[in-house]
Amino acid sequence: MKKIILSLSLLFVLTISFSQRSESGYAIGDIAENFNLLNVSGHMVSLDDYKDSKGFVIVFTCNHCPYSVMYEDRLIDLHKTSAAKGYPVIAINPNDPAVQPKDSYDEMKQRHSDKGFPFTYLFDEGQKVFPKFGATKTPHVFILDGQRKVRYIGAIDDNARDESAVTQNYVLDAIAAIENGKEPAITKTKAIGCSIKVQK
Amino acid sequence: MKWYLTLVSFLFTTISFAQNEEPKFARFDSFQEFEPLLHINNDTTYVVNFWATWCGPCVKELPYFEELHTKYKDRKLKVVLVSLDFKKQIERKFIPFLKKNEIKSDVVLLLDSKEAEWIDKVDESWSGSIPITLVYNAEKRLFIEDSFHSLTELEDFIKPIFNTNHK
Repeated sequence: MKKIILSLSLLFVLTISFSQRSESGYAIGDIAENFNLLNVSGHMVSLDDYKDSKGFVIVFTCNHCPYSVMYEDRLIDLHKTSAAKGYPVIAINPNDPAVQPKDSYDEMKQRHSDKGFPFTYLFDEGQKVFPKFGATKTPHVFILDGQRKVRYIGAIDDNARDESAVTQNYVLDAIAAIENGKEPAITKTKAIGCSIKVQK
Repeated sequence: MKWYLTLVSFLFTTISFAQNEEPKFARFDSFQEFEPLLHINNDTTYVVNFWATWCGPCVKELPYFEELHTKYKDRKLKVVLVSLDFKKQIERKFIPFLKKNEIKSDVVLLLDSKEAEWIDKVDESWSGSIPITLVYNAEKRLFIEDSFHSLTELEDFIKPIFNTNHK
């Protein structure tokens, strides 16, 4: 009997800590779990597929959100620069297409080819990955280093609405710091974005 | 024939009058100028909703804020709709939206694009997604980063700081 109570309470504690973790997502310094998601060419892609990368710029983004759209061209440029340094952009659409039809898999394929995205665009089918990260909106960036340790969470740069007024590129600054073996000067930033669409 | 002409001209004046009626809103280019609206210290409870015409869930819940405004118009409750619409879309999207939906609550347009500098000043727990709703009075503050699905849900949220039953 004692054993049962003990294991039940252990289960209870585990459930609580697990649910808390999944709600708040990764903090700076946490190791991100691998994932395996469908890309726009119909193949499953996981972090293990990137043998030569030194890290990743994971961006939760989508088709419909105006803030995501404002960053499409900047994300293309970012990938060109960051991938050359060993940190490819991996875009993930976290939205439920039943709630936002513009973020369906077919629409993702269309947008990918229309814009000629040079980066991977993955579909978080079943919405299992974004809660692990703790993404709450699109766009929402997570930089991982070579150990898949989360080193930066937040915005791409300091001015979504007006590209010409950007004074800081948070992502490139963080990558430069990591490359120099330093902690990024800014590890967390905030920006406006669209809520991630889930069934209520 | 004369009555017909009178009627036509009457209709035209009515239509053009309705079209000319510009929706009222307060425009703020900097958050600093806007910030005092989040800290008014009097006997009124303020329901401040951050939204945008481009945000689907925001537009969907807007009618409940309008209903709230109408229902408690004679009480010490004020609804403020803070739009984060883009500068380029003021004439093309924002104003037509206010007109079409005949928005009755107070509307504010906040254009400060240095979001990273002011998000925490609205509420530290805000991650940046919209809609959000901030309810405050001289004593208490409530904050939620989510949308409402009915007037009742919205009333339940403000209840801890505003007595919705009181006549």
